[in-house]
Formats: sequence, C-alpha cells, structure tokens
Amino acid sequence: MTASETHRAINAVWRIESPRLIAGLARMVRDVGLAEELAQDALVVALEQWPETGVPNNPGAWLMATAKNRAIDQLRRRKRLEQKHEEIGHEMETQQSTSTPDIEAAIDDDVGDDLLRLVFTSCHPVLSTEARVALTLRLLGGLTTEEIARAFLVSEPTIAQRIVRAKRTLADEKVPFEVPRGAELAARLSSVLEVIYLIFNEGYSATSGDDWMRPALCEDALRLGRILAGLAPNEPEVHGLVALMEIQASRSAARTKPNDEPILLLDQNRARWDRLLIGRGLAALERAEKLGGAGGPYALQAAIAACHARALTAPDTDWSRIAVLYYALMQRAPSPVVELNRAVAVGMAFGPAAALEIVDALTSEGSLAGYHLLPTVRGDLLFKLGRLDEAKKDFERAASMTRNAREQTLLLERAAACKKSGAN
Amino acid sequence: MRFMMLIIPKGYETAKPGIVPDAKAVAAMMKYNESLQKAGVLLAVDGLHPPSVGARVSFPGGKAKVTDGPFAEVKEVIGGYWMIQVKSREEAIEWASRCPGSENEVIEIRQVQEMSDFPADVREAAAGFAEMQQKAGR
Repeated sequence: MTASETHRAINAVWRIESPRLIAGLARMVRDVGLAEELAQDALVVALEQWPETGVPNNPGAWLMATAKNRAIDQLRRRKRLEQKHEEIGHEMETQQSTSTPDIEAAIDDDVGDDLLRLVFTSCHPVLSTEARVALTLRLLGGLTTEEIARAFLVSEPTIAQRIVRAKRTLADEKVPFEVPRGAELAARLSSVLEVIYLIFNEGYSATSGDDWMRPALCEDALRLGRILAGLAPNEPEVHGLVALMEIQASRSAARTKPNDEPILLLDQNRARWDRLLIGRGLAALERAEKLGGAGGPYALQAAIAACHARALTAPDTDWSRIAVLYYALMQRAPSPVVELNRAVAVGMAFGPAAALEIVDALTSEGSLAGYHLLPTVRGDLLFKLGRLDEAKKDFERAASMTRNAREQTLLLERAAACKKSGAN
Repeated sequence: MRFMMLIIPKGYETAKPGIVPDAKAVAAMMKYNESLQKAGVLLAVDGLHPPSVGARVSFPGGKAKVTDGPFAEVKEVIGGYWMIQVKSREEAIEWASRCPGSENEVIEIRQVQEMSDFPADVREAAAGFAEMQQKAGR
C-alpha cells in the first residue's frame, strides 16, 4: 500500500469509527469537545504510524486505546483539576482493562448507549439549529469541516468557528452527556429528527451544478436516520422519518430533466423510482405504524409519500386516502402549506369545487398572501371548473409572484391557454 | 455512492442443491450484517442458492438459449451479495475487510452506476429512452 492509499484507508476507518470513538471518550471525560480532540489526536498518531506499520486488524480498538492513553497522559499532566482528573483517570484505567466487553455492553444497552447520548448532545436545544447541524455532521456523520462547508456553501472558517462555539456552549452550559428521559425525551427527540431532516432537505434541494457534497447530504441524513433507528428502535417517529427520507430519496433520479428542470411528481417516470429505497421506506413506515405511531407528523408525511410510491401510474394514486392523511396532519401539525396540499388532494379525489372551498378559506385567512402556489392551485381549480377568466387572473398573479423564470413562463403559458379556450 | 459486495465462495460452482451452510459461519455472518446495519450503511443483503438449481440464458445468434445448472465451464460463482451505501471506495473496502470470510471466500467490490456517472449525451439518451418507455406504457 502506498502512503496515499493508506491515508485514504485511514479516512475510511475514521468515517466508520469516529462516532463510536468520540461517544465512548465523551462518556469518560464528560466533555464532547475534549472527546473529539482526543479522538483527533489518535487519528494523527494513526496517520504517522499506519503508513509504516499498516492498518491494524482492529483499527477501532487501536484508535480507542490510543485515545485513552492520551487522555490519561494529558489529565495527569494538567494539575489544576487534579482531584477530578484522578477520579476520571482511575475510572478510565478500570474501564480500560475490560474495555471491549464494556463497549459492547454499552452498545447493547438500550438506555445507556454512548452514541445515542452523543446524538442528543449534538442536537441539544441550547445550540442554534445551524450549530446542531454542523456538530451532528462532524461528530456523527464523520464529515470534515471542509466537507460541511462545501455542502452548505459557506466558508470553512465559518463552519470551524460554528463547531468551536457549539462545543464551548455545551461546556459552558454544563450540558450533561446523557439520554433525556420522561417528558423531556419527546421534545429532545423531535429536535434530533428536525436536524436530520434539515440535512436531508439541504441535500435534496441541490442541483447537478452544485458540488457533489451537497446532494451527498441526503445520503448522510439517511445514514444518520438509519443509525438512530437502530439506537432507538421503539421510537415510532424515528422510523417515520426514515420512511419519509427513503421514499423521497427513491425519486431522486426521476425528479429532474438532464438540464435540471424539475419534473412534477405526477409527471415523473415511475420506472426510474428506486424500488429498493421504496421497499425500505414502506418497511420503515410499517414499523412506525406497528409501534402505534401512525399519527406522528413524520409517519403521516411518510404515509402520504407511500401512497404515491405504491401507485404504479399517476392515475392509480389513492387521492382520497392522501386527503385523509393531510387532514390528520392538519390536526397534528397545522400549517397553511399543509392545508393547501390537502386542497390539492381533495380536488383530485372529490373534484375541484370541494377543493376551491378550502383554497378560498385559505385566501381569506391571508397567511399565504405572498405564496405563488396559492393562486397557482386556485387557477388550476378554476380552470377545471371552466371559470377561465378568473383562472387567467390567478395564473397571472402567480406568475408575478414567483422569482423562478421557468415557473413564470409556465404560468404565463397557462394564463394564455385560458384566453384561447375562452375564445372557443 | 453505492457498492455491491459480491461474495464468491470457492467450490460453490459445484455445490449440490439444498446445501446447508455451517451454523457457526452463519452466526458470524449475521453479526457482521448487524454491524453494517447499525452503522446505517446496509441497504440489502441476500444469499443465493447454488448454480446447480439455477439456469443460464444465453443469446447465440440473438436468440435466447437456456442451459440448466450446474455449469461445467464456470470456475467462480456468486454466493450472495450486500448492497451498501458509503462515502468512498475505501470505505467499501474497509467494510469488506471486516467480513468474517473463510479461507475459500473472496469478496468482489463493484460500484453501482449512477446516472451522474455518465456524460451528458448518455444521460440525454437515457432520458429520451425513459420518456419513450413511458409513452409506450400509456
């Protein structure tokens, strides 16, 4: 193996081992920032030694042992927190003698899992959303600062500083390295799920001209979601989120033309949907439902996505079920955008008149006043009802509201089509 | 990116139908599969029956011709596969290296082709083909 091959191999080992490594160290030193430094130190030693010695048989255990030794050395050298250090140092030495079974036991322990603690700490509400995202990708996704910066189209120092500040905040606020329990768990879990879904959506919004790190965020988010599903197998919303992401990701090859122009869901070539991911998504949704989580916001969104995934052709879509699911989502997590989507589903299932009632209620309510899809949907419903003059006005209004040139052209074409049909 | 890890067990080319794998080896493999799953990289995994109960379809002169297994001339056959999603070729290799393989087993790692791997003209052609298929289906 050449030196550069070894470096690439070490990067791969790092990607696989760093989350467990950092999590295990964080439990010992009770400081995520320090744990990451120790893990990085061990990586530096590996980069020095492995090109000479080759990659060891159990690289994870090697890195952990090296990091622990560094931790003990460092703690002994620093005198000012002597008492505490001695305590921790002693604890670590004890742990070291039985290190492997300990780690295995911790991983099998459903409450006391270090990785799960690391997930909850990285997504702690004391941190800003941006900081949670960066820290999660860094500590749990194994991404470098440079990779995160490229993926989010910001400078590397910005991300580096964000991560440093996040770690400092965790230390200053004395955030405990633990899995929240009881009433706190639900809120904290939803913060974790939000971070993962945010990473996914950032990747999903990338275009082919972007750096490949951006679309790769979808895979990073899916990996995090799948890991979390293994760590917290009894939490239905985790499976709901995984289901939603798997099904959305299944459409990625079908959702744009070669020139990046988006293709609407109903116009996509379903032969290009990824059946492997759909199967995984449907299985995850079933797990969420079996755990009694059918009514969770992620599970409901996944169930809606699943209705599309199950339909072999667009006309096969079960729109009345989608309308029911959107209704349930409205009860659970009300938002005008969800209501607009419900209107579309109602229109497809029960005809444009029923949908128009919902849309008109939304219009008079006013919270979507600047949103071009409201007049777009309204125009479409009016068009179907044969009220062409009104439809034309709505399409024109929608065209004036969107900043996307392509969308504007399409809307103006629809407006023009109203005029033509009207003359007939 | 996705990789397929294909396991090639020596001797499987002549294995009898209904061959039962060693329970100990299966247990080790299950543990390995679990580690792939826990790491969030495993998309699919399957073992395959031996070629003695398989068949080959070839196309001499453009016409389909069926040959039942086992296939005398074949030296290596696939015994199963994993589909994994990882960050790099090196990560795929690292995962394959952790497999509790036996002396007579080889794992071949092959990256799954994605549309984005192809140049624009091939992508255009594929898109056109997809559209054609869709129209024909309607």
